[in-house]
Amino acid sequence: MKRLLLGDEAIALGALHAGLSGVYAYPGTPSTEITEFIQSDPLAKERKVHSRWCTNEKTAMEAALGMSFMGKRALVCMKHVGLNVCADPFVNSGITGVNGGVVVLVADDPSMHSSQDEQDSRFYGKFAMIPTFEPSSQQEAYDMMSVAFDYSEQQKLPVLMRVVTRMAHSRAAVEVASEPRPENALNYNAEASHWVLLPANARKRNITLTSQQAILETDAQQSPYNRYIDGDDKSMGIIASGIAFNYVNECFPDGSPYPILKISQYPLPKGLVRQLCDACDSVLVVEDGQPFIEDMLRGVMPGNTVVKGRLTGELPRTGELTPDVVRNALGLPSQECYAPCEDVVPRPPALCQGCGHRDVYTALNKVLLDYENPRVFGDIGCYTLGFLPPFHAIHSCVDMGASITMAKGAADAGQWPAVAVIGDSTFTHSGMTGLLDAINENANITVIISDNLTTGMTGGQDSAGTNKFEAICRGLGLSDEHLHVVVPLPKNMDEITRIIKQEIEYQGTSVIIPRRECIQTFQRHLKQKKAK
Amino acid sequence: MKSDIILCGVGGQGILSIATVIGEAAMNENLYIKQAEVHGMSQRGGDVQSNLRISSDPINSDLIAKGSADVIISMEPMEALRYLPYLKKEGWIITSSTPFVNIPNYPDMEKINANLDQLPNVIRIDIEQMAKDNNIPRSANIILLGAAQKALGIEYQKLETAIRSIFGRKGEAVVEANIKALALGKEAQK
Repeated sequence: MKRLLLGDEAIALGALHAGLSGVYAYPGTPSTEITEFIQSDPLAKERKVHSRWCTNEKTAMEAALGMSFMGKRALVCMKHVGLNVCADPFVNSGITGVNGGVVVLVADDPSMHSSQDEQDSRFYGKFAMIPTFEPSSQQEAYDMMSVAFDYSEQQKLPVLMRVVTRMAHSRAAVEVASEPRPENALNYNAEASHWVLLPANARKRNITLTSQQAILETDAQQSPYNRYIDGDDKSMGIIASGIAFNYVNECFPDGSPYPILKISQYPLPKGLVRQLCDACDSVLVVEDGQPFIEDMLRGVMPGNTVVKGRLTGELPRTGELTPDVVRNALGLPSQECYAPCEDVVPRPPALCQGCGHRDVYTALNKVLLDYENPRVFGDIGCYTLGFLPPFHAIHSCVDMGASITMAKGAADAGQWPAVAVIGDSTFTHSGMTGLLDAINENANITVIISDNLTTGMTGGQDSAGTNKFEAICRGLGLSDEHLHVVVPLPKNMDEITRIIKQEIEYQGTSVIIPRRECIQTFQRHLKQKKAK
Repeated sequence: MKSDIILCGVGGQGILSIATVIGEAAMNENLYIKQAEVHGMSQRGGDVQSNLRISSDPINSDLIAKGSADVIISMEPMEALRYLPYLKKEGWIITSSTPFVNIPNYPDMEKINANLDQLPNVIRIDIEQMAKDNNIPRSANIILLGAAQKALGIEYQKLETAIRSIFGRKGEAVVEANIKALALGKEAQK
């Protein structure tokens, strides 16, 4: 049976058909739709597959390890920067190994369509010494998911599956299985000596993991997903990983004259690479993301092979691949096209009309006019758009939760006023611990938790802390006197500005929670009510 | 058969429903499809586009190369011009004529129209007005689809069938409104 599926949906369905028992994730573009698909899939509902959103990627990764410990199959999904958040359990999961299969699905975002960096997760796979899969199409993503779970259980290691935005968010018809594999039964096969990473145990496990590397490489060498496709013209060979393979094929509708090595499974199959390099005068490495393979090929010592790619300028050093840049790298003439229209101007995204964050920034800007050098530390979410006109309201946005901790560091340095603006979901993701630091020292900061009752930027997923924020702040030790809740509406502007001013003047830690539902989810809920 | 289509507009204008209808029609024809969408932050009032490729042969790239799109379907006139380098020299632009002004420096409409006038194959329709006049205010995007039918190379009947199956869940009134919109668009392409 064929279904038209987004790459993310193909991944989700592939996992469900592979006998998944739980998906653990925090929303993050371009990975969000995987978990959303599982949340609404009938088979997942029937099987009661765990699919509720997690507080952050670290709690997600650890819960998945717990499910694996009990013998069942778990999927962890995140965007690339989420892997930084769960790097600790992720890297150590190579040392513990797994019992039930674990696939860690990471969606990278070359060109940074919705992200703050362009990091390539394949480096993490190599770093953790675990097998890495990089499907080249939606069909392969679906098919590889069950292969990945089987392989994870066979090797007793988690498998990293890396996709990129263009695969995650592109639809294609996918041939899917009619009979899903049953879930694993609970078992007690996990051994404490593998899972208790005391140095004495961990050293043994580290030796096991490092000695496994040769097997993983042999498997990659023989993987049906890594293919050597011969060509007559040996003046150049092409290494194409993941979806780069499609762009190369797009350039040669009648077949490539050059030999191509398609790579979709790592560790890098060195034998296949050598075969290509030996046969060809030069090698062009085409990969979406950072020059991961290219760098390995190049090494430090001069070799016999001429290696071309992102590091030599044949391909751009940054940004996602496109059929046009690949065409250019292959030395093919570009197609005749119109010049860009000079009258077209950029249309950046903006906070929605009627959004509560707007009222928060309006109030904050008004209050801060009274101060000489105020600094506002922003965070990750829709409200990062407060940097843009008309607000120009924030001075930083680094990673999830950094608003509070950076404000604290700035206050430690002597800055006043130091204001943090963070969303509700980002606060529970990574802001709570920073607030505890601030409260413990009564740091001179004003924290605004702009609560829109949802995870807004990724499309309105549940937010882990909804209805708990006052209790969380009190629990962390904040006094009621410096904890305020307001409703961000223009009619309340006087009250909001008065409270912000008062708490900035207070020389210690305070929290203001402007709370009003996200206008997008509000309209959606209104529609649902009408439909009933 | 092969058609490379760029759908574009401003976040929230409904380009993805156009894509869904074309995709459904193509699936029913057993054609190959690839459709790259934009999700995430840019949906908040920014420019959005989707690359839709349909073909009787397998498709490789999810993205359309420059100079190779057969059609640009745009919910907004300046947005249609944003993707001009992707259009084939003899390709078609089917666009709403109504500007969506949510930026302070939106260019003069005369300039936008002058640019469109220089191209060989352009259909401009005031879809918002047409939708209002015909009492189908929520189906403006499907008028545009109707107007693109010939340029897409998909039979009218197939699009109608796709609309029935896609909007079927939302009730007969929604289906009829969209079929009416499709027909209005078809008339406008003459």
